[in-house]
Amino acid sequence: MDADAIDKAPDAAAAWPDQIYDLLKKHEIRQVCLVPDAGHSQLIKRCLADNEIIVTTLTTEEEGIALMQGAWLGGHKAVLLMQSSGVGNCINMLSLSHIHRCPMPMLVTMRGDFGEFNPAQIPMGNATQAVLEAMGTLVKRADTPEDVAPTVDATIRMAFNTFRPTATLIGQRVIGAKTFGKD
Amino acid sequence: MLAESGKLDRRELTRALLADRGELAVIAGLGAPCWDITAVGDHKLNLPLWGGMGAAAMIGLGLAQAQPTRPVLVLTGDGEMLMGIGSLATIAVKKPKNLSIVVQDNEHYGETGMQETATKYGVDLVAMAKGAGFTKTMFVTKPEEVPALRAAIHAGEGPFFAVAKIDAGSKKLVLPPRDGSIIQNRMREAILGEAAVHQL
Repeated sequence: MDADAIDKAPDAAAAWPDQIYDLLKKHEIRQVCLVPDAGHSQLIKRCLADNEIIVTTLTTEEEGIALMQGAWLGGHKAVLLMQSSGVGNCINMLSLSHIHRCPMPMLVTMRGDFGEFNPAQIPMGNATQAVLEAMGTLVKRADTPEDVAPTVDATIRMAFNTFRPTATLIGQRVIGAKTFGKD
Repeated sequence: MLAESGKLDRRELTRALLADRGELAVIAGLGAPCWDITAVGDHKLNLPLWGGMGAAAMIGLGLAQAQPTRPVLVLTGDGEMLMGIGSLATIAVKKPKNLSIVVQDNEHYGETGMQETATKYGVDLVAMAKGAGFTKTMFVTKPEEVPALRAAIHAGEGPFFAVAKIDAGSKKLVLPPRDGSIIQNRMREAILGEAAVHQL
């Protein structure tokens, strides 16, 4: 991670990004779609290196909701990776999951959540859970590194076992907040 | 196939595109394309969208990537395509050979009172698709061009993008099933067999 980058990537020694990758394999996820976030950078690298996973980089997160619908029609399980700000881009499109009863698991890295430096991240970061729940999504938070894998596991299971949108919010407490040396 | 305006009749165009469709799966963008595909014969491999404006092309991509040997057609309107216009970039990068997008362009929002869309003022969707990286495109205005359009949908040399300029007149409403779970799961069963409704 570039020291001058605004987003904060997890510590390179953190185990949870690889644990999420292992869960994607365990659940036979075949399509991963995303708008990149630094918090997911290690997981994205793992997915890109896997020839059995089709990675689709989106221009906006709502495309990912539609892509998960299409993947399911064709028998592929898919997940959407995004930052909390991207949740706002998905609101109306989440209706697809309810219209069709389509499984749509989302793994969201939080900004504006815990020790945020950037004022622009605060409004959507603090509305993320409310917005998802307003659209009928089952939302679970992971605020310690140890919580991430079991929460993601539950999120994927509930999506595909009960046919609805589900989300894990990976707290900024897990990822860390960059402060631009302004501590 | 021409309306009195001299433009293509949307329903006759749809009938020609879906004739002898074989394994073709069709995603229809919300509004008139859904009534069109239903009017020419409801089908298990049809997914008419009741909502999710802007989703049609990306649903097509997800399906095309999951079923890479099956032709997938996204049949949608100009307003719906404009709302999901970024998906042209996403799709052009992924280059699914089996995915075709055909925009029935009447230059109006047909379901809301026939307000004009951007294409009425010269916005060129084919140029936008080319700019995104689509190398196979067509701009169709005449009945004699329709057989080549139908052939391109089945050719498997995509991603393919076309605009067909159509008459703006509304047609008789022919509604598909409104329960989206039925629409989704009948297509899944048609593609995946009975396993689709059992635990994966």
